[in-house]
Amino acid sequence: MLESAQNFMQFQFGSALAFVVIACLFLFVTLLLGRLLRPATQNRDKGTVYECGETPLGGGWFNFNPRFYIVALVFLIFDVEVAFTYPVATVFQRWVGRGDGALAFVEIAAFVLILALGLAYVWVKGDLEWLQPATARNAEPPADTTGAP
Amino acid sequence: MHMWETIKGSFEYGHPGFTGLSALIKIVYLMLAFGPGLASILTWMERRQSSLMQDRLGPNRANIGRFKAWGITHFLADALKFMVKEDFVPVKAHKFLFALAPVLALAPALIVAAIIPFGAPLCWGHLTEIVPTGTCGQAVDLQIARLDVGILFYFAISSLSVYGATLAGWSSYNKWAMMGGLRASSQMMSYEVTMGMAVLSMFLIYGTLEPGAMVAQQGYWPWQWGIWGIPTALSFFLFLTAAIAETKRTPFDIPEGEPEIIGYFVEYSGLRFGMFFLGEFIEIVFSSALMVTIFLGGWHLPFLDGLADRVPNIAFVLITHGAWIVKVFLFTGFQLLIRWSLPRFRSDQLMQLGWQRLLPVSIANVLITAGWILYSR
Repeated sequence: MLESAQNFMQFQFGSALAFVVIACLFLFVTLLLGRLLRPATQNRDKGTVYECGETPLGGGWFNFNPRFYIVALVFLIFDVEVAFTYPVATVFQRWVGRGDGALAFVEIAAFVLILALGLAYVWVKGDLEWLQPATARNAEPPADTTGAP
Repeated sequence: MHMWETIKGSFEYGHPGFTGLSALIKIVYLMLAFGPGLASILTWMERRQSSLMQDRLGPNRANIGRFKAWGITHFLADALKFMVKEDFVPVKAHKFLFALAPVLALAPALIVAAIIPFGAPLCWGHLTEIVPTGTCGQAVDLQIARLDVGILFYFAISSLSVYGATLAGWSSYNKWAMMGGLRASSQMMSYEVTMGMAVLSMFLIYGTLEPGAMVAQQGYWPWQWGIWGIPTALSFFLFLTAAIAETKRTPFDIPEGEPEIIGYFVEYSGLRFGMFFLGEFIEIVFSSALMVTIFLGGWHLPFLDGLADRVPNIAFVLITHGAWIVKVFLFTGFQLLIRWSLPRFRSDQLMQLGWQRLLPVSIANVLITAGWILYSR
């Protein structure tokens, strides 16, 4: 039945897919069950967001610091690079066994050093510093509009 | 008649019904019994342990009549409360993403279990006979999916839980929740790179990404396990640190610190909150299981070499599965110990540790491991 390698792999991926489907089904059924069991007496006060009992001022979706965005970008590049290195890592032992150890080492070093170079670049640019010095624009005190002393 | 044939075929090795049924049993066991079961025990253990370590009150309320058993009934009370508690949704929240976020937080934590081997292969038809390792013709692997991409599948799925945290924060339409979601996303992404690099040096040593093959390469003796060796011990330490950071627990609980830091699921209540809560513990369980697989010999029982040649197959499988459970349980206990021992990092220290300390070390570790393999040949 499962003699060929392709069939075997298809079955394994099928099992993984079955796991995904059953996990999602399990969660949705649990949520549905909860919906049937729990009371629902929604009113206006319950619908407000929690800000320690204060009436919320302003909207919930604000402009956030671009530092978060830069971290996400750097992560994306690094993670893809790391994922590309995995196939090289798996054949490393085989190449060493075949006597091509030096070549394999140079290859893995090339991958890793490109990553190190990228890290050095963002480090020097200062994007990894979470606490950044206030720039001239940020350092200005907010304009006093209230007129209070 | 036809149906009877199908049912009968389901017990014959190699029949599609048999392979399907065995896969289903494994899935249901890991996903509905083992994962949530151990996670529920951990929710109790965490409170019990904190009360012992830090002189807190601990779980001392829930009981069934006079049955208290050190408060172990607390997780039943929790489950009941999650099910019947009212669920508030902020009026201005993005309804669809608000509903989707807890599922995205919990489902990946469960799904990663698909690649983890949890026992020696079962030899169907020879359960009561002694089957030496590698001689079984009808082996049923105690592993749901034996994928060649193995650990890459783990990373692909587990990184989806970033969406759960970020979308929970954003969809709530609450400033504090959104800030918490941003903190969670930047933290989880920062440590995932280190996690990937730390495990890269293990791939160099094993020459495979497949967890079942990794366990097969590790022996019975603890010094034959993956952790034994200087570069591998370092990558274990790096992976462990990154894995704890991924679960967003103390000392890395900046996204959501129970009483004092408002986090991304502040607007969630009832069952949906329960999903975030349970997801955190299930993440601990299966990340521990992965570390046991890569570094601590998987299901190998230490100090009993050649057990497969002495006891019947079914006993051998149960013993190895038991050994796996004990290892995973001890490892989760170790993670709880860390949680109650260390103080919290500051937000900038956390990013500094991830990007400027652990990542360069893990990059150097890959080169050291490669050089070490080359030198030792």
